[in-house]
Amino acid sequence: METGLRVFLLSGPRADVPHAAAPRTLALLCCLSLSLSACGLFKRKEPELLGASAPQTEEPLEDASQQPVVEPQVARRSIRVPKITKEDFETSLHAGFMSIEDFGGSPSLSARLAYHISEDFFLEGAFGYAKGGLTSYERLAGGVRLLTDRDRQFTYYAINMGWNALPGEVFVGKNRAYNSAIYLSAGLGGTTFAGDNRFTANIGVGYRVLLTRRLAAHVDFRDYLFDIDVLGSKKVANNLEGSLGISVFF
Amino acid sequence: MALQTLGLYAWSQPALADNFFTRWFASGELKQATVADPYLEMRTGPGVGYPVFYVVGRGEAVDIVTRRTDWFYVRTARQIAGWVDMRQMRATLEASGQPLEIKEPSRAEYTVRRYEAGAFAGRFGDASLIAVFGDYGLSPHLAAELSVAEAIGVASDARMATIGLNHIMAPEWRVSPYLGLGAGVIQIKPRATLVQAVDRTDQLGYAVIGARGYLSRRFLGRFEYRGNVVFTSRNENEALHEWKLGFAFFF
Repeated sequence: METGLRVFLLSGPRADVPHAAAPRTLALLCCLSLSLSACGLFKRKEPELLGASAPQTEEPLEDASQQPVVEPQVARRSIRVPKITKEDFETSLHAGFMSIEDFGGSPSLSARLAYHISEDFFLEGAFGYAKGGLTSYERLAGGVRLLTDRDRQFTYYAINMGWNALPGEVFVGKNRAYNSAIYLSAGLGGTTFAGDNRFTANIGVGYRVLLTRRLAAHVDFRDYLFDIDVLGSKKVANNLEGSLGISVFF
Repeated sequence: MALQTLGLYAWSQPALADNFFTRWFASGELKQATVADPYLEMRTGPGVGYPVFYVVGRGEAVDIVTRRTDWFYVRTARQIAGWVDMRQMRATLEASGQPLEIKEPSRAEYTVRRYEAGAFAGRFGDASLIAVFGDYGLSPHLAAELSVAEAIGVASDARMATIGLNHIMAPEWRVSPYLGLGAGVIQIKPRATLVQAVDRTDQLGYAVIGARGYLSRRFLGRFEYRGNVVFTSRNENEALHEWKLGFAFFF
């Protein structure tokens, strides 16, 4: 039985390895969770929603005097109630400047998509691009190149959590007020730079001004931190990005 | 064509349709609500940090233009528009005279949810892991899960795509353990600085044990351990432990 299971699980390549302890654990877990899953199927209980299926207790009216004299013939109108739309998502494009540690600064571009969970918190996914320049060593030594042109490309992704820490208003002149918020963000992601994929943490602060209800302008600063050992010793590189962005709520 | 298909799909999913496509196809008709409380406070922005600038009196009707998180953007007949919080909106009446129906994700909906998506961060062997996943609920107890992950380590990086089945042992509890099984592919890429670096793609199988807890609204937290077995082309299979903590939202 066990052999059979092992063969089934490992389907092919390494089923013949005699001392595969981990697959055995896996097989045991298989049995356990499959049986539990099966229990789930049998135990399945339909949730009662809206009490839709109230028992029909209506009895046939036997007494003729209780029968309605006139059957009302009313054609029901179907009314379509308008739905309330939502705009919890915000998408933005940012252009700015990124300073890559030891590799100079360059223009940067990023795109972000945020989901506003509550008035205070939002989740955000981001992609960005920048390009590293020459290190001071390369510049001084002339023709030496530590990285190829392709390896200088700096691309990152990140999943962040944001907090609208300071909501407020901006007053322009006497008659205009715009909603604004200073937000803090932090997250994790990956960066491809100098020929490697690097686990990257980022922290940032931004300022969002709502120009209209759905359109907002951003000023945003983020620090992307990762380990790098391209220049001899291993260290944590701080890569600062400052950007301006425009976003739309939808 | 693809966009149309996507549109039809989203139309069939109320949660999505509320967001994207109703605005494209809707006739522009707005839902109306009548103030039943002594007054309705309008703020300049969707949050308690923004000031109240106008008060709508009892009996007046407002158009509900849109909603952002727990705040409703409403407009009076005199074209004064502002943000009202959900607690006050609940005290308004619809045209039928019934209290305004506000769809709010809750524990009850959590139990019967269909879709769930989220992200994890954690450890995969000696590497740091980031994963995103999507779940489809087959029943309150069973969920199919698709997950994509990247692990970045000192010696190598790995990318994984897996598909599996999770059994939620007590979906009616606020915190419930779950077990699951799955399989997928893993691409392991040794660090560029190491010599003899050869990328390899292998199959893997996993067993998972974890706990999931309803947090609030449409959010839940998850913590899980996966025991992975990578079916390598060498003489021994590779066992890799994976711990991760994450959050998800359901819809």
